[in-house]
Amino acid sequence: MEIFDEKQLKAKKRTKYILITISALFLIFMLVLPLISVIVNSLREGIAFYFEALSTQYVTSALVVTLIATLFAVGVNTFFGIVASWVLTRFEFKGKNVLSTLIDIPFSISPVIAGLAFIMTFGRLGWASPIIEWINETLGTDIQIVFAIPGVVLATIFVTFPFVSREIVPVLNTVGHDEEEAAALMGAGGFKIFRKITFPHIKWALLYGVILCTARALGEFGAVHALSKARGKTFTLPLEIDALYMSGSADSITASFAVSSLLVFIAVIVLVFRNVFEYRTKNKSKKVKSGE
Amino acid sequence: MYVEIKNINKHYGNFKATDNASFGIEKGKLVALLGPSGSGKTTILRMIAGLENPDEGEILIDGKVVNNIPASKRGIGFVFQSYALFRYMTVYDNVAFGLEIQKVPKDKIRERVLELIELVGLKGMEKRYPNQLSGGQRQRVAFARALAPNPTLLLLDEPFAAIDAKVRAELRTWLADMIHKVGITSIFVTHDQDEAVDVADDIIVTNKGRIEQHGTPREIYESPKTPFVAEFIGTSAKYENFGVLKGFSKEEKVHGALIRPEFVEVFKADNANIEPYLKYADDGVVESVTFRGNSVELGIDVKGLKLTALRSLERRKIEVGEKVKVLVYRLYTYDGDQVKIIENAELAGKETVKL
Repeated sequence: MEIFDEKQLKAKKRTKYILITISALFLIFMLVLPLISVIVNSLREGIAFYFEALSTQYVTSALVVTLIATLFAVGVNTFFGIVASWVLTRFEFKGKNVLSTLIDIPFSISPVIAGLAFIMTFGRLGWASPIIEWINETLGTDIQIVFAIPGVVLATIFVTFPFVSREIVPVLNTVGHDEEEAAALMGAGGFKIFRKITFPHIKWALLYGVILCTARALGEFGAVHALSKARGKTFTLPLEIDALYMSGSADSITASFAVSSLLVFIAVIVLVFRNVFEYRTKNKSKKVKSGE
Repeated sequence: MYVEIKNINKHYGNFKATDNASFGIEKGKLVALLGPSGSGKTTILRMIAGLENPDEGEILIDGKVVNNIPASKRGIGFVFQSYALFRYMTVYDNVAFGLEIQKVPKDKIRERVLELIELVGLKGMEKRYPNQLSGGQRQRVAFARALAPNPTLLLLDEPFAAIDAKVRAELRTWLADMIHKVGITSIFVTHDQDEAVDVADDIIVTNKGRIEQHGTPREIYESPKTPFVAEFIGTSAKYENFGVLKGFSKEEKVHGALIRPEFVEVFKADNANIEPYLKYADDGVVESVTFRGNSVELGIDVKGLKLTALRSLERRKIEVGEKVKVLVYRLYTYDGDQVKIIENAELAGKETVKL
């Protein structure tokens, strides 16, 4: 018995190719061409200029600031993400839904608002400013938050904190907690249970979350822009790119493309990492299933 | 009594999961907690294990109150419903886990683990991961893992629920043999009466958080103490107007009766052998004939009562619409919480040979 007659089969095939073409064209125009133009533009004045543009004092400083902010953001958010997902999946308490929603706020709120919120908190007029001043006076330190590196770090942490927990929570929910319960019943302590039972389940999701978090932290503009005003000191790469571009001379525009290409390369490396991990995950689970 | 629970109450919000439950279990017995889903049997098991705490009442193991002793110190082996094997560990590591936690020396662990793996018949599969095993093999691993730290009490939560019907019967016999071989006191939870009757030394029937009856499978089956047990065990139907049957009369306070198919005998009207009993038999009309594999199930209308009877395939065929003679040997009457077995008064003192 035939389910589709020939006409229907042909129509089905046609739909398939039309959809593939649409997706491919969309990706080419929206993604591939712009990215290629970044690379092409960055090389317009030659390789020598390209490397010169990357080695100016402003750019190296921005690279360092970006890496510091990313490192802190990933470290803090990995820890926070694991703790939050553990709390959300393993305990029942009032306000759990509220907590879960709060974690998602950075996804839905404009990063600029986050930056401004930090200014209103830690800035000269903010409610936390007297506390910081008090700390500085008592300890003889000179801690600055806004318009300084800590502000940049805080803003980056803020915009990237949902990534890790968003990846882990679904995994923990599917796995359930009876393995943990079984281990606890045999007398295993909390840390041992996490290390031996829970961690193997979530490690790939965690890695994926960390990679997404890294990518976002590297590219953050809005929140950092509100809190970072000193070029060469607290600027991150995206801010430096913006500054170069806005200065308007033909050379600096080419330089801004050169710096952009740096971020593109980092992004590509991150994506390659991601795919390697994904491939390894699939291989690993295949191995466990097929019995090698 | 090795395990004893005394007046246990447990609430989840407004839901009463356990309602003043008390029972005792002798050492070395294999006991089934049997009840429909939501009857509180798993809650009781989890409270004995220490995975849940009772609101009121005491739990004793080996004469000691264990309410305040953490689960891991109660000397319990637990087999979870879905086995909860550690998916990222091999069979060997699964079984060894509890011993490693207790910091048993490596060579001792190895000895014990291999001994258990051999006991459950999984020799050579030490290096496999749980998802490379069949359902039955997984259950064997779960059993070995629970036994590894030498518990004095084994608790099993619906141990056969995740296994397909064909393997289930085989596996439960295996498990019962194994438990008796090891000699460990065991309690298992099930909603399947066949399973409980087949495997358990004693059955505790639960309903709505209460203990309905505690006895051997035979006692539970033959002399149910509450209407719930009478109805839950076996397949029976309720009849309010059972007084119309020959040999039975309905007393005022009795609400009705339960009749099981095995209490009902059906004869073809032309059966010469039943002459002596003919006057005690009721007339009935066959309304349905259903093939049940090893027997035929008959639906018969007797004076307005829709009775069910089983008939051997070896006997003469009965057709739908056929007029037959029906004899009811006994039934369970119930009023409120009381159940009584009533034998057919006409047959009292006579030898009833099943024909």
